[in-house]
Amino acid sequence: MSDKVGQALPPAKPEPEKVRMATVWLDGCSGCHMSLLDTDERLIELAQRVTVVWGPLVDPKEFPKDVDVTLVEGAISSEEDLHRIKMVRARTKLLISLGDCAVTGNVPAMRNQFGPDAVLRRAYLENTALDPQIPREIVPPLLSAVRPVHEVVPVDVFIPGCPPSADLIFSVLSELVEGKAVNPAAKFG
Amino acid sequence: MSAKAPVRVKTLTIDGREVGAREDQTILEVATENGIFIPTLCDLPGLSTVGACRLCLVEVKGARGLLPACVTRVAEGMEVAVNSERLDRYRRGILELLFAERNHVCSVCVVNGHCDLQSLALRLGMTHVHFPYQYPRLPVDASHERFVVDHNRCILCARCVRVCDEIEGAHTWDIMSRGVDCRVITDLAQPWGKSESCTGCGKCVQVCPTGALSEKGKSVAEMSKRRQFLPYLTLMREGRR
Ligand code: SF4
Ligand code: SF4
Ligand code: SF4
Ligand code: FES
Repeated sequence: MSDKVGQALPPAKPEPEKVRMATVWLDGCSGCHMSLLDTDERLIELAQRVTVVWGPLVDPKEFPKDVDVTLVEGAISSEEDLHRIKMVRARTKLLISLGDCAVTGNVPAMRNQFGPDAVLRRAYLENTALDPQIPREIVPPLLSAVRPVHEVVPVDVFIPGCPPSADLIFSVLSELVEGKAVNPAAKFG
Repeated sequence: MSAKAPVRVKTLTIDGREVGAREDQTILEVATENGIFIPTLCDLPGLSTVGACRLCLVEVKGARGLLPACVTRVAEGMEVAVNSERLDRYRRGILELLFAERNHVCSVCVVNGHCDLQSLALRLGMTHVHFPYQYPRLPVDASHERFVVDHNRCILCARCVRVCDEIEGAHTWDIMSRGVDCRVITDLAQPWGKSESCTGCGKCVQVCPTGALSEKGKSVAEMSKRRQFLPYLTLMREGRR
């Protein structure tokens, strides 16, 4: 077990440079992103110090090379999730697991008791009346088990909660941009 | 009333603080009396002690290894430490193992927000589980008219076993098998609804620290436990003896 008590961003660069932040949406319900948006007008405050360089609402198609902090929502469920998280980790200084799906596997991991085939059968065969078939192209292949992010790549900070509250997310982000070490406390669920 | 032997008093220190105790008290009881927090899960005042969860481990000077405070009697001159980095690490490790070995999905759990395990994880600063989650496939028995047992959430604290045996006098619950196969069972591993010994009193449901035992008809986060009855029942029972 690691005994780290907190994690800080590397010392800030000279003032005007902003923290390059990204957010990633893997197997989650988007609730954590909603909670991030729920910080409301405080987002404007944050925008003085942070540029969002990638995320579900940002244009560039490719994940940028040199990201200071990435918030990951969601568990690792598919081969695509696996591929993306590895790339994100390689290009991010500080990786944050945001919310219970990322931190524990949460609801997506409930399928681990039954396996991916049972899930696909249930979703695409048993509940469809018209021409039931399991899609092979649009849906990325599911992994045999859903895992929390830190079981796949090293994670620096954990923000539990389903979803984590906007206040908690905001306080973590503002402490990070001030260069403080963070180790948020919040209940699971 | 028969003449009792005088109660002997022992003095000991807890985290350097001098405290007095009756000789028949446990470290946990003395700590609690003095407002010193020791985390617990299986212990519940009013029930016998079993030392099942090991969360209450403390350091006792001169002892080999750590001792569970809930079953360790005080002794004269004992030097006890209840807060240390080592204890923090062990306690978090024990909690993490509890989370990893069954399926705890707090966000959709019937006791979300009212759970002893969940709140202890917060209090002890458990941010995530370092061990690989096991995701065992476990049953839910909803055969009882009014109650449900969900093995996904059971931490095997045996509170249900003790309250049913010691307070209700029915002894419906037991614990079966070993290691990861351990399960709580009703009667001889029959569905709870078929149990002939269960009186339907609901005491087990109320003392269960997690969402493993709950009342039917309660949805996510709706179940909170009522334990006020326990001290009264214990008092009444002791008075009868
Ligand atoms: S029993 Fe407690 S710890 Fe387990 S899922 Fe329910 S709320 Fe979470
Ligand atoms: S409802 Fe009462 S009698 Fe039945 S198992 Fe629970 S404690 Fe025992
Ligand atoms: S059912 Fe509840 S009270 Fe019984 S052993 Fe499991 S967690 Fe403890
Ligand atoms: S409270 Fe002491 S072992 Fe559980």
